[in-house]
Amino acid sequence: MAGDAPSSTEYITHHLQNLTFGLHPDNGWSFAHGAEEAREMGFWAINVDTMGWSIATGLLFLWLFRYLAKTVTTGVPTGLQNALEMVFEFSNDIIRTSFNGKSKLIGPLALTLFCWIFFMNSLKWLPIDLFPQIAHKLGIEYMRIVPTSDPNATLGMGFGVFLLIIFYSIRNKGFGGFSKELAFNPFNHWSLVPFNLVLELIVLIVKPISLGLRLFGNMFAGEVIFIMISLLPFWAIWVLDVPWAIFHILVIALQAFIFAVLSVVYMSAAFEEH
Amino acid sequence: MNINMTLIGQMIAFAIFVWFCMKYVWPPITQALTERQQRIQEGLEEADRARAELHKANEQAEETLRESREEAARILDKTRVRANQMIEEARTDARAEGERMIANARSEIDSEIQQAKGELRAQVAALAIQGAERILESSIDEKKHREMVDRLAEEL
Repeated sequence: MAGDAPSSTEYITHHLQNLTFGLHPDNGWSFAHGAEEAREMGFWAINVDTMGWSIATGLLFLWLFRYLAKTVTTGVPTGLQNALEMVFEFSNDIIRTSFNGKSKLIGPLALTLFCWIFFMNSLKWLPIDLFPQIAHKLGIEYMRIVPTSDPNATLGMGFGVFLLIIFYSIRNKGFGGFSKELAFNPFNHWSLVPFNLVLELIVLIVKPISLGLRLFGNMFAGEVIFIMISLLPFWAIWVLDVPWAIFHILVIALQAFIFAVLSVVYMSAAFEEH
Repeated sequence: MNINMTLIGQMIAFAIFVWFCMKYVWPPITQALTERQQRIQEGLEEADRARAELHKANEQAEETLRESREEAARILDKTRVRANQMIEEARTDARAEGERMIANARSEIDSEIQQAKGELRAQVAALAIQGAERILESSIDEKKHREMVDRLAEEL
């Protein structure tokens, strides 16, 4: 716990506050001191910890697979190459089973989403107090290291996928074809066009939101429970912490997998002709 | 935990990562894995082919072995027959030769007997005449009794 023993509520809210940098109406460009100030900054602020950790894990992913791309041989793979190839084959399998179109983007998309989200989620295995403590020593007030427990990050990826869906739908079906699909589904009658349109637009916009909120919800809930567990006396922590961390092996991999698979499935719909 | 610029930042990071992956990561790996797949496939096919060839070669070797064994048996049979034949021939030849030699010897003996008989006869005749001369001394005319004595000797 940071500094002079704070209360449980303070401890929890402290752990759930991002390091936000933005234009405060009173303080100008600065880091927010607490949730209140962060809220006052409005939209034009940035969660530095979320961005930093997500970019770091993304770079780790790219560095690993760039290494694989450079060292990959047609011969017998060994060691790290073997493990990375397994992940590669895994994401390749996702595409093979869920994607019916033909696209150069879909493979890298699935691989990036799966590995990146997996790495971001994995940060949760690090002790909950470790990085906030280090940050505190360095004079940084807030530090949340799991980017996927920040809805900005998960919704950001969700809307990234959403833009790809829109882009490829229009590219593959034409603007007219895409509009027609929205207007004449599921009821193929002119009088029901407005109803169809409302329904389909909701279906469309729900895709990225559900992607983002599902991941956020799982990770946030997990994080809150980790924080609660760490409020216990030190000798009792591991009794609950260890099982919960082991359970999270499943959650972390599963949520990364679900995000990747659903993105591929949504993309597949963008490539399909009705 | 409010929605802010981080959302946009994350979208940009997402786009850059996917782009990088698509440009520099995915293609070389896919290519290498496809090539490896091809190599493995070729290797397996080659192994199958080699196995089939080995099988064929084994069969051929067995066939050859069987044939040569048969050939050897046939040659052995033939040789045995030929050997028997040769022994038989040799035996027949030897018997014939022996008989011929015996016949020769016999005829030689015969002629020698005849010769000896003739000589003996002549000697007996001469002895008889000598003896008779001694006994009879001059009373016997050689010319006169020669014929008689010769006839006598002939009868011996």
